[in-house]
Amino acid sequence: MSVLVYVESEEGKIKKSSREAVSFAKALADKFNDSVTAVALGTIDAAELSGLGKNGARKVLHDSESEFDKGRISPVASALAKASEQESASIVVLPKSSLSDAAAAKLSVKISAALGTNLVELPDTSDGFKIKRSIFTGKAFKFERLLADKKVLTLKKGAAEIMETGSEAQVESFTSGISDADKDIAILETEKAEGDILLPEAELVVSGGRGMKGPENWGMLEDLAKTLGAATGCSKPVSDMEWRPHHEHVGQTGVKVSPDLYIAVGISGAIQHLAGVNSSKNIVVINKDSEAPFFKAADYGIVGDAFEVIPKLTEAIKAAK
Amino acid sequence: MKILVCISHVPDTTTKIKLTSDNQDLDKQGVQFVIGPYDDYALARAVELKETNGAEVVALNVGTQETEPTIRKALAIGADKAVRINAEPKDTQFVAKQIFEHAKDAVYDLILMGRETSDYNSGAVHGMVAEMMGIPCVTPVMRLEIDGDTIKMDKEIEGGKEKVEAKMPLVAGCQEPIAEWKIPNMRGIMSARTKPLEVIEPVGDGETIESLGYEMPKAKGECKMIDKDNVEELVNLLKNEAKVI
Ligand SMILES: Cc1cc2nc3c(=O)[nH]c(=O)nc-3n(C[C@H](O)[C@H](O)[C@H](O)COP(=O)(O)OP(=O)(O)OC[C@H]3O[C@@H](n4cnc5c(N)ncnc54)[C@H](O)[C@@H]3O)c2cc1C
Repeated sequence: MSVLVYVESEEGKIKKSSREAVSFAKALADKFNDSVTAVALGTIDAAELSGLGKNGARKVLHDSESEFDKGRISPVASALAKASEQESASIVVLPKSSLSDAAAAKLSVKISAALGTNLVELPDTSDGFKIKRSIFTGKAFKFERLLADKKVLTLKKGAAEIMETGSEAQVESFTSGISDADKDIAILETEKAEGDILLPEAELVVSGGRGMKGPENWGMLEDLAKTLGAATGCSKPVSDMEWRPHHEHVGQTGVKVSPDLYIAVGISGAIQHLAGVNSSKNIVVINKDSEAPFFKAADYGIVGDAFEVIPKLTEAIKAAK
Repeated sequence: MKILVCISHVPDTTTKIKLTSDNQDLDKQGVQFVIGPYDDYALARAVELKETNGAEVVALNVGTQETEPTIRKALAIGADKAVRINAEPKDTQFVAKQIFEHAKDAVYDLILMGRETSDYNSGAVHGMVAEMMGIPCVTPVMRLEIDGDTIKMDKEIEGGKEKVEAKMPLVAGCQEPIAEWKIPNMRGIMSARTKPLEVIEPVGDGETIESLGYEMPKAKGECKMIDKDNVEELVNLLKNEAKVI
């Protein structure tokens, strides 16, 4: 049962969630005494590719075609279908992202596989193929048995430890042969925040809510985030009012994050916001209302005015570093 | 122009999830079901397009009879017609297949749905339907305009957005701020009663997934409260206890 894993990259670097997926694929392949082949598409640094060996891949198939840098769904699905056929893979693992979710969906149809999404732990293969997945945005889990011979799996962010022990992977060039039919969408313009830490990938996140009173006060949160090396996020009303861009909106209908540390400032902790952050390893809540529901979900809490606490906290972190 | 909007029937987002005592199902008692929040955006945009460009909007749900109030709400919001595929929506692939079986003959110019359902969060139905239909899929879409036979969209990417375009027909997975949610008014509610709701039997398909039950996450421990005048204590805990900074 050869296991294939798709790795996503960002500006030539492999994403953390993809390293998790490779390590997860390796643990899965070990169950069948088999090995892992990673599929990497687009412009990616050579050292990054061979370095996937440390995370558990034996081989990396790399198609350097720059078409793949455009982030279209169809070419990724087609390339994975071709690679899975070439490698006779019966399991394909993808990290969760909006592109990979849709690519996994297309791939599962292309290769007639059962699709298991948002996995939170390694499948139990003792009696068929049993998966545990996160549902209701982390509010519950579901167990399922995948019945088809082939399986396509997406892995929830933060659900696997990154392995750092393997040796360099053998990198092979791969021609996925994208057809014109795959270029079904024209990408006209890309707008991206420069140099920021990507929120869905971040290990530390500082988030602000309506309690921050206005976009002019975000400098304070950005200072804290910078001091920590954290990404910034926000609650839904904050992005609805356009204080912050939509891609920073965290929650059930926004980005789901699972960092090591989530600091929520002036956010009440409505159930829809909690749904997007409940798999964070540590949650700090700063709110002037001691009754704010967020304290129930927090590991550490400070009841206080954000405008007083945040600058002091930033200074204290600087002092401690 | 014909637009198909696929709607899910899901617990309201404020629902506290509970399981039945044998952990085999969700406890639906007292749970308010609604149109999936992302699907609501797709529906609102379809109704806007009908107003500006002229279109027939068909709302489709794969569900048993208990989803009919949700479907009627879609009609009250402005869909012209509804289709219910009479089956328990057991897994993503099954739902996608039912949508495909309906859409393959119906010549839709656009198939809109939410980027994912708020219950099972797969974010996969749009991709599967597009693959089965052999048409493009774009997701998550935050703006969608029609220009002749071209669809112009803004699509969210990690850390930003992209302007993209594609030819019709197309499947789009929608999210805010593509449109303002619409609340049904009295006239809409009255007219929904007389709008057609067609019930179609599902097309049999080998199941790919067997449900084995559910589990709740572990309860959280107590929150440690720290005095606002002692932020150094928080830094100390984050450094030495949580070991995250
Ligand atoms: C279908 C649906 C989906 C939704 N999805 C999401 C989602 O994905 N993400 C999301 O965030 N929300 C979502 N919401 C909205 C959600 O219900 C809440 O309305 C929202 O999370 C509240 O944001 P907030 O906490 O920033 O604002 P508020 O609820 O207004 O809370 C502000 C908080 O700031 C505190 N505060 C005020 N001043 C200060 C100060 N000076 N110092 C410290 N604290 C202060 C207040 O005590 C209060 O607790 C959704 C709602 C619906 C209906």
